[in-house]
Amino acid sequence: MITIAIVLSIVLLLVILFLLFRIGTLASIFRGSSERAAGTTKTSNRVNGTLLLLFLFGGGAAFAWSFIASWDEMNQPLASVHGDWTDSLFWTTMIIIGIVFVITQILLFLYSYKYQHKDDKRAYYYPHNNKIEIVWTMIPAIVMALLVFGGWQTWTKITSAAPQEAIVVEVMGKQFNWMVRYPGPDGELGVAKTTLITATNEFGVDFSDRNAMDDFMPMQIHVPKGKPVLFKIRSRDVIHSVFLPHFRVKMDAVPGMPTKFWFVPTKTTQDMRNETGNPDFNYELACTEVCGRGHFAMRFILVVDEEEEYEEWLAAQTPFVEQNPDVLAKFSTEAPEQIVLGESTEKKAEEVKTEL
Amino acid sequence: MSSTDIHIDHDIHHAHDEHDHHLDQNFFEKYIFSQDHKTIAKQYLFSGIFWAFIGGFLSILFRLQLGWPEATFTFLEPILGGWIENGKLNPEFYLALVTMHGTIMVFFVLTAGLSGTFSNFLIPLQVGARDMASGFMNMLSYWIFFLASVILFTSLFLETGPASGGWTVYPPLSALPQAMEGSKGGMTLWLISMALFIVSQLLGGVNYITTVINLRTKGMSMTKLPLTIWAFFLTAILGLLAFPVLFSAALLLIFDRSFGTSFFLSDIFIAGEALSNTGGSPILFQHLFWFLGHPEVYIVIMPAFGIVSEVIATNARKPIFGYRAMIGSLIGISLLSFVVWAHHMFVTGMNPFLGSVFMFLTLIIAVPSAVKVFNWLATLWRGNIRFTAAMMFAVGFVSLFISGGLTGIILGNSALDIQLHDTYFVVAHFHLVMGAAAFFGMFAGVYHWFPKMFGRLMDEKLGYVHFWLTFVSVYLVFMPMHYIGIAGFPRRYYAWTGFEAFSGFADMNTFISISAILGFTAQFIFLFNFVYSIIRGRKSTANPWHSNTLEWTTPVLPGHGNWPGEIPAVYRWPYDYSKPGSVEDYIPQNIPFSQTQSSNLPQERDFE
Repeated sequence: MITIAIVLSIVLLLVILFLLFRIGTLASIFRGSSERAAGTTKTSNRVNGTLLLLFLFGGGAAFAWSFIASWDEMNQPLASVHGDWTDSLFWTTMIIIGIVFVITQILLFLYSYKYQHKDDKRAYYYPHNNKIEIVWTMIPAIVMALLVFGGWQTWTKITSAAPQEAIVVEVMGKQFNWMVRYPGPDGELGVAKTTLITATNEFGVDFSDRNAMDDFMPMQIHVPKGKPVLFKIRSRDVIHSVFLPHFRVKMDAVPGMPTKFWFVPTKTTQDMRNETGNPDFNYELACTEVCGRGHFAMRFILVVDEEEEYEEWLAAQTPFVEQNPDVLAKFSTEAPEQIVLGESTEKKAEEVKTEL
Repeated sequence: MSSTDIHIDHDIHHAHDEHDHHLDQNFFEKYIFSQDHKTIAKQYLFSGIFWAFIGGFLSILFRLQLGWPEATFTFLEPILGGWIENGKLNPEFYLALVTMHGTIMVFFVLTAGLSGTFSNFLIPLQVGARDMASGFMNMLSYWIFFLASVILFTSLFLETGPASGGWTVYPPLSALPQAMEGSKGGMTLWLISMALFIVSQLLGGVNYITTVINLRTKGMSMTKLPLTIWAFFLTAILGLLAFPVLFSAALLLIFDRSFGTSFFLSDIFIAGEALSNTGGSPILFQHLFWFLGHPEVYIVIMPAFGIVSEVIATNARKPIFGYRAMIGSLIGISLLSFVVWAHHMFVTGMNPFLGSVFMFLTLIIAVPSAVKVFNWLATLWRGNIRFTAAMMFAVGFVSLFISGGLTGIILGNSALDIQLHDTYFVVAHFHLVMGAAAFFGMFAGVYHWFPKMFGRLMDEKLGYVHFWLTFVSVYLVFMPMHYIGIAGFPRRYYAWTGFEAFSGFADMNTFISISAILGFTAQFIFLFNFVYSIIRGRKSTANPWHSNTLEWTTPVLPGHGNWPGEIPAVYRWPYDYSKPGSVEDYIPQNIPFSQTQSSNLPQERDFE
């Protein structure tokens, strides 16, 4: 019954609108305004011109108001060194394009209003002016050059090689969650292959590799404040993307092509809880490359600790093989020769470390 | 037939004249399998409008989900059936919606609907030709497009759903049927449809280019072409060079999906088993895709540039400011559009040095774009502006192009792209600059050339209502999206409620959804106006806007062959509006200088 009523009222509304449209058309024929060239009738020009001007002021005011009102909400709290560079570059660029935006929009609507059709007027024949055109080609070129330079410098710094002492964390994306692996005390991640993946060994770690023996896979990422952190990123099925909004970090996780990103956290989770006044605040890791059904739910927690807390946490972690001794069984046959190999590479790694 | 005229072009045209007298076309030849460029243009236009409503409707569906994430959508069950599970939209279907919205809008509406309609309609009329270089190929182009449309439309009704991996269809997600439902039959149909679509685009593009180069009327040099033709010409060249690359990418993806090759696949463990594929690179697909994908956004926007330049000059009653600079910037944009593709891939793990190079090239492209905006503004300055509905949309276009284009300077900067990549900032940027702006260009074109297409005028007042509702709602939808993007909200998210960082802006999302529904509803005003005016609109005169270009020298409804007599020769550029000394404020291109002695400029005296 209600549906019929709704349908009926919509039909009636449409009929009324149609009648209004017909009356409007007939009235304009009666007034003779339909005899004039389109766009030269006084009222419609005045109405449209005024509306354009109103749109400029009204729209501009609404934009400014909503921008200010959303300011706090749109600025994610910042917690990394390079994030500071990109944020300031972002807002500098925003100011520059903001100026251009305001000037060009004002000119557009103002000219449209001011030069609306008048019967006694004639447009000014002004086909070109080379001098002006060169000037307004050069100005954007110079501004762009400056912006490129700023961007290029920042980009080069961010993407430079990670410092040697960086804490290494492997982040692996899969449908539909993140998994992380720490190299353990030896500082080396064990070799991993997709063919070795099982229900327990989700990374496909080759446990005949000595470096893998102390690797551990925690349920949260922990990193110390003020130290460089290097994410070694990979995916085992489709493309995912690591996104840490508070650290201004984003890098795709690509199957078959390891990627990396390093950054320096500047605030502990506790610092951020105090700063934001939210006792439940957590740093979050999200996926930003569409990866299927659960794309929107790939949440992982990252905790930034004070240095001592981090060391404590690290000490409390047990290697994966100790938690799951069964996984070793599969690798036991080929173990002996692998161990020899593993030792020699480990020695080399140590030598390199002492030298540096 | 006159035998004194030995010009080759004219001989061909005479041959056509004779052909015109055979009026024995049956219904199918005239309206369905027509080789007349005007009919084909209308076919493209109707198809484009159909697809635009489908694409728009899909966006309303996912805006409902984003605006009211907690709501139950049982009322959609009659339309969506099994895609509503316990009153909730299926998350994979959500991805299918965004994917199909993107595919439909970018390819089927703003490429086929825009270029297909206006290149077909205007190129022969504005360069002074009887028809396209090859009417048959032109017809083939439309019907292959139609077939592609049918296939894509069919994929909407598959049980496993249409393609769902985003309109960019990145493998491995799109390559592996076990990765998601949409990568099963839906993706296969997507690829077949797209392969056919590319064939159609190439057939069309070859025709546009050939017609512009070979079939210009007497006196129509390249520097006397209207800017519309320059834009369509360069667009066709971009399409001809870029689409084959997408074809190769699609073909390799078909191989990976169906024949076990590993072009894009390596080291994958999915659905409980490790795949044997090795050595492929998913990044390779992205390079191939964006090598088309970036020129594609210019394929979408450049016809709009041309249409807007023409509409603004005509209605401001002023010559377009800097005609040669406008051509130069179009050429500059066309060239640069081929060397900026990897700015879509700054954070894919591509070598950072490559990122620097592409950032540099990307920001250069802002210069010709800026020149275009300044020239449009200068054209409005001291004009005598007639606010026709087309002119309103042209002004709206410039405003949207500025708003959306400026944020491109931010996204083209690789350092800033780290945070903003794949967030709503990107969504806001490209919807303004190539989505809404290209739509506004299309609307301007429809309102402006409707009288030449159908011999009747669209209702101006309804046009104004349509314009204002659309213009306001476009800004209400996409301006707030920037804030959400700055806050880092990722795109293609079914819901953000799982994340604390993205828990804000719930009201803003509801607001955006309401504005989107308003904007979509306003399009029905256009639809009514369009259909009603075809049947009962006011009868038009031959040149209702007092415009200079050649199409307005044809009869009200040009027949097959366009001009009943000889094709007019061209003597001047198309922008002699409000020339001092002339009685009327416009001098059509076919008026010789000898007839306008009072208004000729000193350098034009020689042509008298």
